[in-house]
Amino acid sequence: MAATEVKVLSARYDVPGVDDLEVYEQHGGYAGLRRALEMQPAYIIEVVKASGLRGRGGAGFPTGLKWSFVAQGTGKPVYVVCNADEGEPGTFKDRPLMERDPHALVEGMIVAGLALNSEQGYIYLRGEFAHASRQLAKAIRQAYAAGYLGEDVMGSGKRYHLTLHRAAGAYICGEETALLDSLEGRRGQPRLRPPFPAVHGLYGCPTTVNNVESIAMVPLLLVNGAEWFQQWGTEKSPGTKLICISGEVRNPGNYEVAMGTPISELIELAGGMLDGRELKFFCPGGSSTPMLPASMADTPYTFEDIAGAGSLLGTGALMLFSDRTSVVSVVRRFTEFYEHESCGKCTPCREGGYWASQVLARIETGTGVMDDLDTLERICGSVAGRSFCALGDALTSPIMSSLQYFRDEYVEHIRKGVSPFGVAPQRDVPMLDPAAVAATARERASLSALLSAATSAAGDGSGA
Amino acid sequence: MSAPAAPGAASAEDLVTLTIDGEQVSVPKGTLIIRAAEMVGTIVPRFCDHPLLDPVGACRQCVVEVEGQPKPVMSCTVPVAEDMVVRTHLTSAMARRGQEGTLELLLVNHPLDCPMCDKGGECPLQDQALAHGANQSRFLDQKRKYEKPVAVSPQVLLDRERCVLCARCTRFSEQISGDPFIELFERGALEQVAIYEDEPYHSYFSGNTIQICPVGALTSTSYRFKARSFDVVTTPSVCDGCSAGCGQTVQSRRGEVQRQLARTNMDVNEAWNCDKGRFSFPHLTHAQRLTTPMERVDGELVPTTWSRALARVADAVRASQDVGPGRTALVSGGRLADEDAHVAARLARTVLGTDLVEHRTRFAPADEAPARAVLLARAGGAPGLTYADVEHAPVIVVAGLDPEEEVPVLHLRLRKAWRQHRARIVVVGPHLGTLDGIAWRRVATAPGAEPAALAALAYGDGEIAAALRGDGAPAVLVGERAGAGSLAAGTRLAEAVGGGVAFVPRRAGDAGGLAAGLAPGLLPGGRLLADAADRAEVEAAWGPLPAHLDGAAPVDGLRGILAAAADGAVDVLLLAGADLARDAQSAALAERALARVAGAGTVVVQDLALTETAARYADVVLPVTATQERDGARTDWEGRAQRFRRAVDAPELAQDDWEAFVQLAAVLGHRLYGSLDAIRAEQEQLGVRAAAHPLPEAASAGSTGAPSGDALLAVVRPLLLDGGTMLAGADDLRATARAATVGVSRADAARLGIVDGADVTVTGAGGATVTLPTAVLPDLVPGAVVLPRTSTEPPVTRLADEDGVVAVTLAPVAVPAEVGA
Ligand SMILES: Cc1cc2nc3c(=O)[nH]c(=O)nc-3n(C[C@H](O)[C@H](O)[C@H](O)COP(=O)(O)O)c2cc1C
Ligand code: SF4
Ligand code: SF4
Ligand code: SF4
Ligand code: FES
Repeated sequence: MAATEVKVLSARYDVPGVDDLEVYEQHGGYAGLRRALEMQPAYIIEVVKASGLRGRGGAGFPTGLKWSFVAQGTGKPVYVVCNADEGEPGTFKDRPLMERDPHALVEGMIVAGLALNSEQGYIYLRGEFAHASRQLAKAIRQAYAAGYLGEDVMGSGKRYHLTLHRAAGAYICGEETALLDSLEGRRGQPRLRPPFPAVHGLYGCPTTVNNVESIAMVPLLLVNGAEWFQQWGTEKSPGTKLICISGEVRNPGNYEVAMGTPISELIELAGGMLDGRELKFFCPGGSSTPMLPASMADTPYTFEDIAGAGSLLGTGALMLFSDRTSVVSVVRRFTEFYEHESCGKCTPCREGGYWASQVLARIETGTGVMDDLDTLERICGSVAGRSFCALGDALTSPIMSSLQYFRDEYVEHIRKGVSPFGVAPQRDVPMLDPAAVAATARERASLSALLSAATSAAGDGSGA
Repeated sequence: MSAPAAPGAASAEDLVTLTIDGEQVSVPKGTLIIRAAEMVGTIVPRFCDHPLLDPVGACRQCVVEVEGQPKPVMSCTVPVAEDMVVRTHLTSAMARRGQEGTLELLLVNHPLDCPMCDKGGECPLQDQALAHGANQSRFLDQKRKYEKPVAVSPQVLLDRERCVLCARCTRFSEQISGDPFIELFERGALEQVAIYEDEPYHSYFSGNTIQICPVGALTSTSYRFKARSFDVVTTPSVCDGCSAGCGQTVQSRRGEVQRQLARTNMDVNEAWNCDKGRFSFPHLTHAQRLTTPMERVDGELVPTTWSRALARVADAVRASQDVGPGRTALVSGGRLADEDAHVAARLARTVLGTDLVEHRTRFAPADEAPARAVLLARAGGAPGLTYADVEHAPVIVVAGLDPEEEVPVLHLRLRKAWRQHRARIVVVGPHLGTLDGIAWRRVATAPGAEPAALAALAYGDGEIAAALRGDGAPAVLVGERAGAGSLAAGTRLAEAVGGGVAFVPRRAGDAGGLAAGLAPGLLPGGRLLADAADRAEVEAAWGPLPAHLDGAAPVDGLRGILAAAADGAVDVLLLAGADLARDAQSAALAERALARVAGAGTVVVQDLALTETAARYADVVLPVTATQERDGARTDWEGRAQRFRRAVDAPELAQDDWEAFVQLAAVLGHRLYGSLDAIRAEQEQLGVRAAAHPLPEAASAGSTGAPSGDALLAVVRPLLLDGGTMLAGADDLRATARAATVGVSRADAARLGIVDGADVTVTGAGGATVTLPTAVLPDLVPGAVVLPRTSTEPPVTRLADEDGVVAVTLAPVAVPAEVGA
């Protein structure tokens, strides 16, 4: 049975011209802001709390609760930061929202500002999202012109400014404290916590960092009320969710559904598996969530049920893989992603990713040894729970879960000395060649050029 | 004044009680677990943790288990909590496994360099691997490779593949020294330490990064591949580079210094030192080093024996005494140990019979020494204002002092005060100097006009006065360039606001020289020659002072001595570590004096190296020992006396300065002291004057009025790394020196058509010139320029008139047409 879509956040996606203020207003736009202006800030937070909305950025932390932690009355400004760095493999829900319905995010940011007594918000947008950037810039311009933003928000006497910041494209800068460092103009690396951003965030001031989807949902909560939101989903996972379905299905894409829909129905919603392919395993919430075998496809899509199955709902990125796909290849790809995106700050993630990638590359290309499986487990054991931020844990999830469910496949790769799924590519991680490595920083710059040349030579035409 | 509550003195409610490996311990609130463990004697392995740096939690080596926490805890980032139960690697399998796991990962990309790495034998990574590592690596794959080494600076090399990316060096650079020295670049396994591309690396403190690097990634050019930590003899010492008094460790092998390290002294230098102190030791074995006594025969200096040399000096002294009393002079240069200065003071007064003594090569204002004598007596022989006082002061007034150039480690304390509690630093004077990044307010004055500004600071309703009168004890630091009357004014300011005051000289022997009474009109311990009671106390130890010293008005310091010598009133000039031809504030006056004495009398130079003065003027040259080669003590700017011990042997014929003085006295028929202990006993017995003399009254306005016509008045500031003899041979260190420039105010630059960076010819007294690039300084008062003291050829002292005043005109250097086109 296929689930049905429940279009709440995505309701306006197909409305022509809704990226313009007028059309947006005709379709209920800025009604949430009007409601917010009638409420006390603390009451807005109460509504969000009562709705049970959980953060859509990955960790699922209740949004209202997070806002209630933001220190008020410290004499320092409060900042609202929207995390629009969407970088988790498999995740593509924030970008469509910002491209198609940019005012929804702008409105949400203003409401968040009102709720938190903030006069300044930032949208930290992934640098590669050129179209989203144009759309948001236009929406912000229109909102300023219409008096929704500025020195006196809709004549309320309250000031709120919104700045769009285009990031430089590092996955780690989606981690909220690295994001703040990056926003301050530093190198994006996670910060030590405590102090938490709610107390000591951007420029040392109380700050909240929330995902695009979390923020865009808030005006709807104010208009429709907390109970309205709870008509969908479960007590612990109420509401609807934008789900990114990718992989070997007929119609991969974005679907908004009620929380609690079983995964098998989500697959049907996406048109089912491609012809002749059978579901083998899936990552329920993005590449950093432990993979689950096909036998768990009946799990309802809620935070608690997926956790019960041993994985995480994450960002709502359901990645589906069939029996034609080598689990080793998938894990290697994921691991290389984390290796590449590791910020380098802490030993476990920096060295563990470097090591595990090489081991996986060997296994996939047929030069693995049986000890490698123990080695992988050992590496993961030294990384999981010991890394500085969650990226290190993410690195271990695919490896550990695949070894748990598909150890035999690894053994087969090693025993046969070749991938049973066809010829696997050699590892092509550019090694630092002593001749190419620079003696000074100036020469280091030419090294980066060298590396990007190497990448484009390898057929990646996207590099500049 | 003393530091507020030492850590041990926390009151009961500020204590947190926890259990570590079954042992109960109470520690101050906020203590990190790793520190608490140290208190029970357990050293949790660590790489990135450093007690003086903010925690970073990068290496993940310091794993411990905390009851109730499912995940391992990094003990360097988590503070203790009441009733916490901590299990370290000693009692927890989880902690042990965690540490082993991290270690294995750290070794993935670590090269097998131990056999040729400088750190081998003192390397935490090596020690850890030996103690807890596996015998065999499971790592079968490719290690990261880098070119080795990379020069981070002319003095510091980096082997990136050895680096464990602990960020100690970069945190030091950011948090402690605050220079754009090094940063981490790139990410993942390619993360690496590097220098900024668009900012020139620069640090006077770079050596500290080498010392705190937990592996052999950072090495110094001077120690690389030279020795092993287990092959060297280690001797604790005290640096003689400036008045900071930094603890130092000297390491030698077969009698030669291999390297010097900062020795932790939390009261003084904490765990830091500056590059000058660390890397300047090559002067000990430099070709210019004096190794034998010499005398001038037929215009040439030729080797001689100590007895012949001393006899020649004694003859000259006797001949002079036959002409009349007080015709000899003794000048030291700020290098002497406290004991040397004490003997020199006695030698001069009782044997040579002269008050022509001085320990400063600068022309200090007349009231400086008496005012310092007052502070010395007030402090009762103990440190007065201390580093800790400065660190905790809410407001710090700085006048006539550029700490980073003159007393670098004091600069680090000022930075710490600024960084940790935003101490408000108020700079009084013509420019901000290197305090520009951390100063809170600036009170601009013309050069020399600081006293009036200091006197006014505490009064009125301005924000500075309000800050000074707020909670806490302010600190007032008066330096060498503050005009006449500054120290008295600064002292009165401190009194008015309940704060402390200190005079901060540059040279290491300066405070000891003052305490010994090595200045005209002074006696040891803050006593005055003109005071009968003071004289009596000193005579009780020294025997009677010559009658002609009684009642004579003291001469005006070195200027007075040189003027007397130039006028033919000095027959014998004894110079102990004073290269007057280069270092005297007025080279013109010094040359006239030296030429006159060399011609008609005797110039005696007692020094480490064949200085310009020795080469050109000395009749007798006596080789002496350096700090590392002898026992002694020095008093830092706080007034803290610290002893040092011999670390290496001196050249065979060199003697300690005090020994040379004692032997000269003996040849002249006086028995002074038989040992260092005898000198120390007498210093102790004399102590300081029981009650301080009254502070000198405000002197008439300094003689440094506006120069005539177009001339600009120079603030002559020494740079830390200059052409000094103590830097001879330390080529890599000197390559890190700051460029000499002439600092010009914006207004004067505009008026004279000079642009930043352009070369100008600076013309001073008698038409002497130096050509230097311009630095347009936004903070400099118009009418003044800033010049480096001894960083140019000729030194700026050549541009001074005979009063030591440097008034200059500036002319842009014409750019040849072809180049300009
Ligand atoms: C490595 C890493 C990358 C992340 N990237 C993103 C991201 O791209 N977008 C996002 O919203 N949250 C991301 N997060 C989660 C954020 O740290 C943070 O939890 C989230 O922005 C909070 O928003 P929410 O409360 O609305 O979920 C990332 C976390 C980690 C550890
Ligand atoms: S786990 Fe460590 S190295 Fe990896 S991204 Fe986080 S802080 Fe950086
Ligand atoms: S060079 Fe040394 S101090 Fe600096 S990060 Fe590397 S290991 Fe740490
Ligand atoms: S600050 Fe002064 S005493 Fe300390 S190391 Fe440097 S020169 Fe030596
Ligand atoms: S010492 Fe604690 S993480 Fe490095």
